[in-house]
Amino acid sequence: MAKAYLSIEAVGVTFQKGASRSEVLRDINLQVDQGEFVSIIGHSGCGKSTLLNVVAGLIPVTTGAVILDREAVEAPGPERAVVFQNHSLLPWLSVQENVRLAVDKVFAGKKSAAERRDWTLHNLDLVKMTAARDKRPSEISGGMKQRVGIARALAMQPKVLLLDEPFGALDALTRAHLQDSVMEIQTALKNTVLMITHDVDEAVLLSDRIVMMTNGPRAGVGQILSVDLARPRDRLAVAGNPTYVGARASVIEFLYARRAA
Amino acid sequence: MSFPKPEFTASQPVAVDLPDPPPQPFAGLTRRASATAAAVLPPAFTLLIIMTVWQLACGDSYDGLPSPSRIWLESRELIVDPFYDRGGVDKGLFWHIATSLQRVALGFSISAVCGVLLGVLIGANRWAHRGLDPIFQVLRTVPPLAWLPISLAAFHEANPSALFVIFVTSIWPIIINTAVGVRNIPDDYVNVARVLRLSPVEYFFKILLPATTPYIFTGLRIGVGMSWLAIVASEMLLGGVGVGFFIWDQYNASRISDIVVALAWVGLTGFFLDRIVAFAGRIVSRGDALS
Repeated sequence: MAKAYLSIEAVGVTFQKGASRSEVLRDINLQVDQGEFVSIIGHSGCGKSTLLNVVAGLIPVTTGAVILDREAVEAPGPERAVVFQNHSLLPWLSVQENVRLAVDKVFAGKKSAAERRDWTLHNLDLVKMTAARDKRPSEISGGMKQRVGIARALAMQPKVLLLDEPFGALDALTRAHLQDSVMEIQTALKNTVLMITHDVDEAVLLSDRIVMMTNGPRAGVGQILSVDLARPRDRLAVAGNPTYVGARASVIEFLYARRAA
Repeated sequence: MSFPKPEFTASQPVAVDLPDPPPQPFAGLTRRASATAAAVLPPAFTLLIIMTVWQLACGDSYDGLPSPSRIWLESRELIVDPFYDRGGVDKGLFWHIATSLQRVALGFSISAVCGVLLGVLIGANRWAHRGLDPIFQVLRTVPPLAWLPISLAAFHEANPSALFVIFVTSIWPIIINTAVGVRNIPDDYVNVARVLRLSPVEYFFKILLPATTPYIFTGLRIGVGMSWLAIVASEMLLGGVGVGFFIWDQYNASRISDIVVALAWVGLTGFFLDRIVAFAGRIVSRGDALS
């Protein structure tokens, strides 16, 4: 059997602080195909962000391994670009410079300065931030900052795009708007995406598959649900679709009914 | 019964043509003048009150603290012509201040460079922090003048000793503030750097230095103030040219009025040094932080 594009194999993470050990993740297995959009959903503190950081290489595994495109993940790198929850733009750089920093680093020696400039602008254009390219992060709204964060990640041309609750800090309208943008971009670019979320509607609307995690400590994969909805998806059209409603119901059932048990 | 639904299109910003306001040619000028007045008048008024009280308290007595009117009578030349130079140490105050400023510029530059580097080291490296921080915390409480005998013993000459005292006085706040800044770099920036695989040199120039700039300049501001304190005090003991020596010399000649004039110069110079460093900080951090 051919290995999946991104393979999380028997991953366990234990944090050791002095004499106290806390096992956060235990025996996580997940296979993600190229071009697939997978969400990881779970209650706060269940270790889903830890799992994303493990795939990013920011946190080392205690047991198991993460394999991306036949290579083991051992350190962070631009082929696994992260969109952080709180945007993480550098406040002393303009919007364009923030993206350019990533482009210059990733494509040093591969693209000329003019090409790197065009590539920066192209990615800002994808997230519709060209007009604000000379603004500072402090001068733009939270949704716009997140757009720039996405542009920066896309500009690295990652093998897998990691989204860490990218819309968590935004208001509902801005969030819906950004979700639509992410869907559009994903349809166009066919990125492989791993997204952390705690929003059921967001998970169902955006994902091909939803990974539901059990509560920590020692969190694991509880259930994996495929969302067989045709793309492109329209949030108004799918709202009454039985597949959508059914998927939504089973995620809610997993998150709330089982927790009470 | 139904109401007609208003239709909103939010995509186009609504532009409303307002009639141009009638031209007021002096509006900007008046506003600026009143802002300047609000900044200048209160301290000028306070100064006037202080002078009046001082004048009334000291009167015309010829011993003790001279009154403002006597200072004007006795030290007029010093006040109106800071640029005279009759050779030796008989110079206008400008030259004394300039000499002191040169020492501060050199000593402070050395301590700024060393302070930032040491601050980065103890901010970034846990073992450097554990090893050096306790020692720095003890050394920084040593008063500037207490270093003077040691530095005279080490350098045998007045000028390097003065420089060393400035250096050793102003370096601590620079080290400590830089270290705090480095330790307060948000994890997010560090993660961005790790995902981008920035090299240590790239990390230093593209993340660490800009993220720490506001802290560094807070340290530099405190440091430049302290080095100005240190230079005046150490020149009083070292002699030669310099505003500290000037003050001591006038004391020995019982010219108290001249000392008062020199103090005003020292205060104003210290004030401008602080403003200059603050201004430089604003330029460098592009108005991000710092008051």
